[in-house]
Amino acid sequence: MHTPLPDTPPADAGAPRVVRRAVAHDSAARHVTGAAAYVDDLREPSGTLHVAPGGSPVARGRIRSLDLDAVRTAPGVVAVLTAADIPGHNNIGAIVADEPVFTEKAVAFHGQPLFAVVAESYAAARKAAKLAKIEIEPEKPLITVDDALAAESRVLDDYDFIVGDVGSDIAASPNRLQGTLKIGGQEHFYLEGQAALAIPLEGGDLHIHSSTQHPSEVQHIVAHMLGVPQTAVTVEVRRMGGAFGGKESQATQWAAIAALAAHVTQRPCKLRLDRDSDMAMTGKRHDFRADYAVGFDNDGHILGYDVQLAARCGHSVDLSPGVIDRAMFHADNAYFLPAAAIRSKRMKTNTVSNTAFRGFGGPQGMLAVERVIDAIAWKLGLDPLDVRKRNFYGPDRDLTPYGMRVTDNVLPQLIGELEESSDYRRRRAEIAGFNKKNRFLKRGIALTPVKFGISFTIPTMNQAGALVHVYRDGSIHLNHGGTEMGQGLFVKVAQVVAEVFGVSLERVKITPTNTGKVPNTSPTAASAGSDMNGMAARAAAETIRGRLVAHAQEQYKVAPEQISFRDDRVIVGNRTFAFEEVVEAAYRARVQLSATGFYATPTIDFDRPKKWGRPFYYFAYGAACSEVMIDTKTGEMRILRADLLHDVGRSLNPAVDLGQIEGGFVQGVGWLTSEELVFDQHGRLTTHAPSTYKIPTAFDVPEDFRVSFFDNENREETIWRSKAVGEPPLMLAISVFAAIADAIHAVAPGRQVPLDAPATPEAILRAVNAIKESA
Amino acid sequence: MRKEIRFYRRGRRIAKSDFAPDATLLDYLRLEERATGTKEGCAEGDCGACTVVLRRLREGRVTYEPVNSCIMLLGQADGAEIITVEDLADGELHPVQQAMVEHHGSQCGFCTPGFVMALFALYHSEARNMDRPRVVKAISGNLCRCTGYRPIVQAGLDACSGKPNDRFTQNEKETAKLLSVFEEHDNIFVGEQDRFFAAPGSVDALAKLYAEHPDAILVSGATDVGLWITKELHELPKVIWLGRVAGLDRIEDSGRELRIGATARVEDAAPALASIDPDLGELIRRFAGWQVRNAATIGGNIANGSPIGDTPPALIALGAQLELQQGDKVRSIPLEDFFLDYKKQDRAPGEFVRAVSVPKLRDGEHFRCFKLSKRYEQDISAVMGAIKLRLDGRQIADARIAFGGMAATPKRAKATEARLKGLSVVDENAAAAALAALSEDFTPLTDMRASAEYRMEAARALVAKAIMEIADTPGVATRVFGARSDAHAAA
Repeated sequence: MHTPLPDTPPADAGAPRVVRRAVAHDSAARHVTGAAAYVDDLREPSGTLHVAPGGSPVARGRIRSLDLDAVRTAPGVVAVLTAADIPGHNNIGAIVADEPVFTEKAVAFHGQPLFAVVAESYAAARKAAKLAKIEIEPEKPLITVDDALAAESRVLDDYDFIVGDVGSDIAASPNRLQGTLKIGGQEHFYLEGQAALAIPLEGGDLHIHSSTQHPSEVQHIVAHMLGVPQTAVTVEVRRMGGAFGGKESQATQWAAIAALAAHVTQRPCKLRLDRDSDMAMTGKRHDFRADYAVGFDNDGHILGYDVQLAARCGHSVDLSPGVIDRAMFHADNAYFLPAAAIRSKRMKTNTVSNTAFRGFGGPQGMLAVERVIDAIAWKLGLDPLDVRKRNFYGPDRDLTPYGMRVTDNVLPQLIGELEESSDYRRRRAEIAGFNKKNRFLKRGIALTPVKFGISFTIPTMNQAGALVHVYRDGSIHLNHGGTEMGQGLFVKVAQVVAEVFGVSLERVKITPTNTGKVPNTSPTAASAGSDMNGMAARAAAETIRGRLVAHAQEQYKVAPEQISFRDDRVIVGNRTFAFEEVVEAAYRARVQLSATGFYATPTIDFDRPKKWGRPFYYFAYGAACSEVMIDTKTGEMRILRADLLHDVGRSLNPAVDLGQIEGGFVQGVGWLTSEELVFDQHGRLTTHAPSTYKIPTAFDVPEDFRVSFFDNENREETIWRSKAVGEPPLMLAISVFAAIADAIHAVAPGRQVPLDAPATPEAILRAVNAIKESA
Repeated sequence: MRKEIRFYRRGRRIAKSDFAPDATLLDYLRLEERATGTKEGCAEGDCGACTVVLRRLREGRVTYEPVNSCIMLLGQADGAEIITVEDLADGELHPVQQAMVEHHGSQCGFCTPGFVMALFALYHSEARNMDRPRVVKAISGNLCRCTGYRPIVQAGLDACSGKPNDRFTQNEKETAKLLSVFEEHDNIFVGEQDRFFAAPGSVDALAKLYAEHPDAILVSGATDVGLWITKELHELPKVIWLGRVAGLDRIEDSGRELRIGATARVEDAAPALASIDPDLGELIRRFAGWQVRNAATIGGNIANGSPIGDTPPALIALGAQLELQQGDKVRSIPLEDFFLDYKKQDRAPGEFVRAVSVPKLRDGEHFRCFKLSKRYEQDISAVMGAIKLRLDGRQIADARIAFGGMAATPKRAKATEARLKGLSVVDENAAAAALAALSEDFTPLTDMRASAEYRMEAARALVAKAIMEIADTPGVATRVFGARSDAHAAA
């Protein structure tokens, strides 16, 4: 059962004709025919060289010697690059300059790039890279969060939100619980690995095709690395084969190395990471350790919540400031906390630097509080859904621990609808019956909410630009700062522009993101791509339409309100023209048919030092009800059914949004069940390929999968009253994790379930055994 | 002796003699042909982004076989027509492409060519009355990180339900004729004595060639050897491909036993194995993905000696015998004796696996096998257990138990077998006590798939589960899915 997807224009004359329709992804036909080109598919200029990085064989130590003679003399090798070849700044760290392109003296994680080989073929480069003789004086690496906590090893200072006197409020509560939840990280597993092709141009300029969510950052860091002005470097991105945050900061290094190779050899140079190198050398979702204490009354109302979120940031800062802040901003999820201490620790380890990943810390903060709600329910013998509902934000209980009021809360209605449509209460009773009857198999169900804040929590980043040209034949060239990674941003923004001009979508030419067209862009991230770029593109299009109106007004002496654009025509008073006629007439009258557009998200204002303010423009909401069955002897688990109800405001494109909801949910299920990152005691990632790292397959998706949109419109003036949808649905998967815990709880009702994430068969069996033993 | 390989591509017959013995099909497509629609996602046959379809003539019928081109050697394409994602649309989109577009089955699009090709193979498969399990099985070897699969499954249901009717069905007769010229079992030898790709056409030719080059690598499906090339970056100077050896892939059913030729592909052996026991059928369903099952062979899964291959424990528990040949010498040994130690098998230089004979279950014999892994499909077992019990009334008269993932080789649990003998299958406590003996049989390791403790506990649980199921205690559900019989699956 799915929300029907309208794909025909509405009959109502005033209604929008192109937006809010389920049109296909602009590249769909190219995807299915193999015609959509990714960086590695571009026809290489003749003489293109191939680059392979060489990584550290140990996780931590001082470099004694790096003997690259055998690498240099290997067949096909043209050049070998090290830090010594970098003319400018040896850094790829975006927020803090603490991460080198190539490390020089010390190594900080297993696989850290020390050098790169430039060779005539991909195979030659990879083979030569294995010939380096590297001597490193090893030191004992810090691998886990616990290692780093014990060593007090941090990348950044602790940061916290404190509301009320949480210590005494918890102490004075009639009920108290404390516990620990370990939350695993996650590999992005974008299907297209990291790739960049750098082409040298005249005068030392470079043109770089990069699979990046952040072309401006690639441009700026490459320029800084080469010691050239930013104008010397142009970065272009047509599309990525998936990114999910993994190409926000982490694409930069590979583009930088390709650029350095092109600079040194003055030939086109391509770097594409093989899957194992990609998984070993690029950062992941942060794993966390959450230690909590909670006080609550006999009805399950939280009176005080104290949580310490300690994250494995890896060896450098990368995007950890924003990620861990966002974990804190979501430590309340949907619940009012009268007294709270949300504490964070940003731990430094000798592992790859963890980074952005869909949800950006939010999922981890949210998972901890959802566990706490379950813990309260287990302790009091209540249905967890009732405890959830009792703790929701509401009138007079709407202040978050960081000072923003929750004024757009739709969860009470949304949860009520889902509770009914998923038949939660009846199924809960039926499951209890099943569990009584069955010795080995147990079922569990959970209905959990999501409230996710939309905006970059660094206010500066909430800006976007666009560039629109209308050509004399009426075709429209669209460019903006957002990048396409499969999320359907390009088609959504094209719909917005087509709507402004009242033309069919086919007239709008989607063009690659290019730092030469729209400068100083923010990354496509934080779910804000269509909110921001949609607005910027609309502004550009409206500027041009305004000029067309003004010209027509003058020419035909009609009032502006008598001019309208629809169905590829322009209606001017009682005359009708083809769109291109109006364009041509304006051109002849020397009207500018090109415009830029700009957007800065309004109302946001968060003061980090004061820990108070409004970091988010609005919240996106959703909820999911999942049912699972576990085998208490082997730990195997199946999802039997999942019902999702999600708030996308008024969808710009219901097909795209449905895909984000379903895909986000399944990706979240992977994070919380089968996807386990294993580092050995030496700090080597042992799950560095899909043979050992298991993302969901089609078989893992419940056959009974019901997804609907919550009927809502954004209260804020977002683009066509839509809401951001990229990240929030991932957290709907928390319902699956909670349902697994619920099934384990059935083994020994009333006891706490010590299930950590991911809930692999082994983790489930461990929790089953622990709950039995706690008898 | 043929000095080149031959295949069809876009209606043209291509003969090649200038290729490295270890060149992959994907590199040929992407680097030589510049057909970049086919993607490399993992270079190990685990994601399916590189899926292409090989059209072959098998026993007079044209087949459509999806395979992972990343770990398939170019030489293995001999005798086939290679179909890639660019070849499907003919002015208009192919029905599977059209359905993928209509159902919004692509987002980033990088995995899409692989899904399209898997669905294209399903479109041409025998299976009609398409249902969700069939579609899911067809895409079990494809990973998508964006969509959550629902729209892809929908596209498969939509496009693959009717009788196939595209230009490939239309030119099938013609294609059969074209491909039939490849049917002769001549010997292929491309290269020099110290560096070659060879594909003998008969068992005799294979025996002779391998005796002359005992240092050559025997390649059957290349689903393991392919990774030596793409991951370890090994160069394989001498490759002998077994895919053209006449008769080596024969599956014979004598009524009492199955004799499976070494190069019988897993996909082809599946129905025969499933006929022995439904659990074997389920094991094969979960054996890698469809692309791998279309290349991998039963003999290869045994001969590579992996401690985590899924067929050996099951076949050992069933009492299988392995046939080996060296020159004209043929010998037969119990399958479990083949596995000597980690990566060490009882195979002399120049000796090759010919067949495995699997006795069918007799009256009073019961079989169960279970695979435990982090993910159900396309995963390597943390523990794979196979249990055969012979009952005399309710008493266990004999037990054969073998495990994968518990030792350096697939291995029998002999101490446990001995303890179980004579016990009643309904005496749960006695069985539980007997299962303590598993720690005499095994000292499993901790690795990224599972800890030693989990492996041991789960191994006990699997044998206990088998006994419980065989005892057929009424109303005891034991399986979260994969109903062996309704009695064991939860309602």
